[in-house]
Amino acid sequence: MPLSVDDISYSYNKGLPTEREALRGVSFRAESGILSVIGHTGSGKSTLAQHLNALIIPQSGSVIVDGSDTSGSPAEVRSVRKKVGLVFQYPEQQIFAESVEEEISFAPKNWGFDEEGVKKNVAEALAAVSLSAEFLPLQPYNLSGGQKRKIAIASVIAAKPSYLVLDEPTAGLDCVSARELEALLAKFAAEGMGIIHITHDVELALRISSEILILEDGRVVFCGAPEECAEFLCSAPVKGLVLPDVLELSKRLASSGVVDKLEWNAETLLERLKEKWRAQTK
Amino acid sequence: MPGAAQFILSGAEFSYPGSSRKILSGVDLEIRAGEWVALLGSNGSGKTTLLKILSALLAPTQGSSFICGGGSERPAAERSARCAIVFQNPEDQIVASTLEEEVAFGPENLGCPTEEIRGRVSESLAACGLAGMETRLVSSLSGGQKQRLALAGALAMHPAAILLDEALSMLDPQSRRAFTEIIAAEHSKGKTIVQVTHRLEEIRGAERVLLLKEGKIALDMRREDFFKMKGSELSELGLELPPLERLCEGLKEGGLLPEGCAPEICAVEKCLNAAFGR
Repeated sequence: MPLSVDDISYSYNKGLPTEREALRGVSFRAESGILSVIGHTGSGKSTLAQHLNALIIPQSGSVIVDGSDTSGSPAEVRSVRKKVGLVFQYPEQQIFAESVEEEISFAPKNWGFDEEGVKKNVAEALAAVSLSAEFLPLQPYNLSGGQKRKIAIASVIAAKPSYLVLDEPTAGLDCVSARELEALLAKFAAEGMGIIHITHDVELALRISSEILILEDGRVVFCGAPEECAEFLCSAPVKGLVLPDVLELSKRLASSGVVDKLEWNAETLLERLKEKWRAQTK
Repeated sequence: MPGAAQFILSGAEFSYPGSSRKILSGVDLEIRAGEWVALLGSNGSGKTTLLKILSALLAPTQGSSFICGGGSERPAAERSARCAIVFQNPEDQIVASTLEEEVAFGPENLGCPTEEIRGRVSESLAACGLAGMETRLVSSLSGGQKQRLALAGALAMHPAAILLDEALSMLDPQSRRAFTEIIAAEHSKGKTIVQVTHRLEEIRGAERVLLLKEGKIALDMRREDFFKMKGSELSELGLELPPLERLCEGLKEGGLLPEGCAPEICAVEKCLNAAFGR
């Protein structure tokens, strides 16, 4: 069963002079695979993320996860929170324990895993984010920003959620850690987990997603496959976003007839150009 | 043009209290006034700690640090006035409820007269594209606007140096571009910039590149020389060429682009159109 978002709207400070509409009639469905949500800062991405595990309840519309409604009974809300793991934009917002081990074991303990299950999940989660067991006794607050991000992700995946929502997970990570995280998300998706990936990085979204949703001022202006998304982005400007360099170049080369298809991946465009060059110089 | 030494670290080491792990080890570094220095390194390499030492938020546990000719013994307000730091998360440094209160906070603490504070607030908000929003609530701003507000607060201190700790990492591409333009404008007025980032596409304005590895300076070179390194050499240092630069490197190796072609969209487009007879 999918995670289904149907026509949700949400305003901060509703009814006050400072009321601000964050989401306006947003709908989509997510199953296994990577769904990336892109949009300008203030477009509603983080508000949407918090709706997905019932941290925020929609003021209208519904969020239903595998049959459980986030606006439903406490049992339904509990089921949603167990199935949907949320990794916040700033890891320090969710880290609270005195040691890495305590931090990562909190969720599996809370969801009733036995002692052996907790140990197994903690070990698997730590390995999944490429950290060694030496980190377990360390104080999370003394770790670097990137290491805290990994601990935050490990602490969420240790509860074995069906859906993982990550708010800007690669921001602040070095390129090696970012690539490791991309591979990790691809692995989770291949294993059947639904990944909802919030990002500003258009190139990354095009590269790793099975589907992309674009938010602009709280509305969905596009939802579809990466190829369609590239076409959409090239056809009209979207607030806050700029075309990644390689896609911009590819768009220009397509208009002059050098290439016949939009590409956003540097390596793929290189291969296309080399093939064409070989054919021309034969 | 870079002037006199603004930051000097000699044999600087740093360990957090209660930990024997050295976050920084034997760092010797001189940054001159007016330089734009990019500070790179993997997570945990010591970048933020080094930035905090440069801003005198931390003092080295061994060795010495001199900031604008003075060390961490100088009064806090005086040190803050010389170096302003902008963090990754603007929420970590915003304290007031309206934009003008936020930007006025620093100059007020420096004891500036009221009229001067008003002038600094207007000037700094305008420089960051926030003019006319003086009385707006900070809570109504988007993430990108909050980041520009944090920068406006830093500029209002009239610092000699601006230290950026991954200050662009949470911004959308357009906001990132706007923020970079503000930094470039401040640099052109003679301000020293020290910019921590993981994204090499963000360091195109820098003059010098430093790489920290396990708390030590592993590389210190001019930006032009840094970008002459091959993708494979950078990869050994834990870095990755931006996609357009990777594409250009492959095109040059394949003979489709001349060696002198700059890794810029217009230049590459022109060369490829010529190569394919368009």
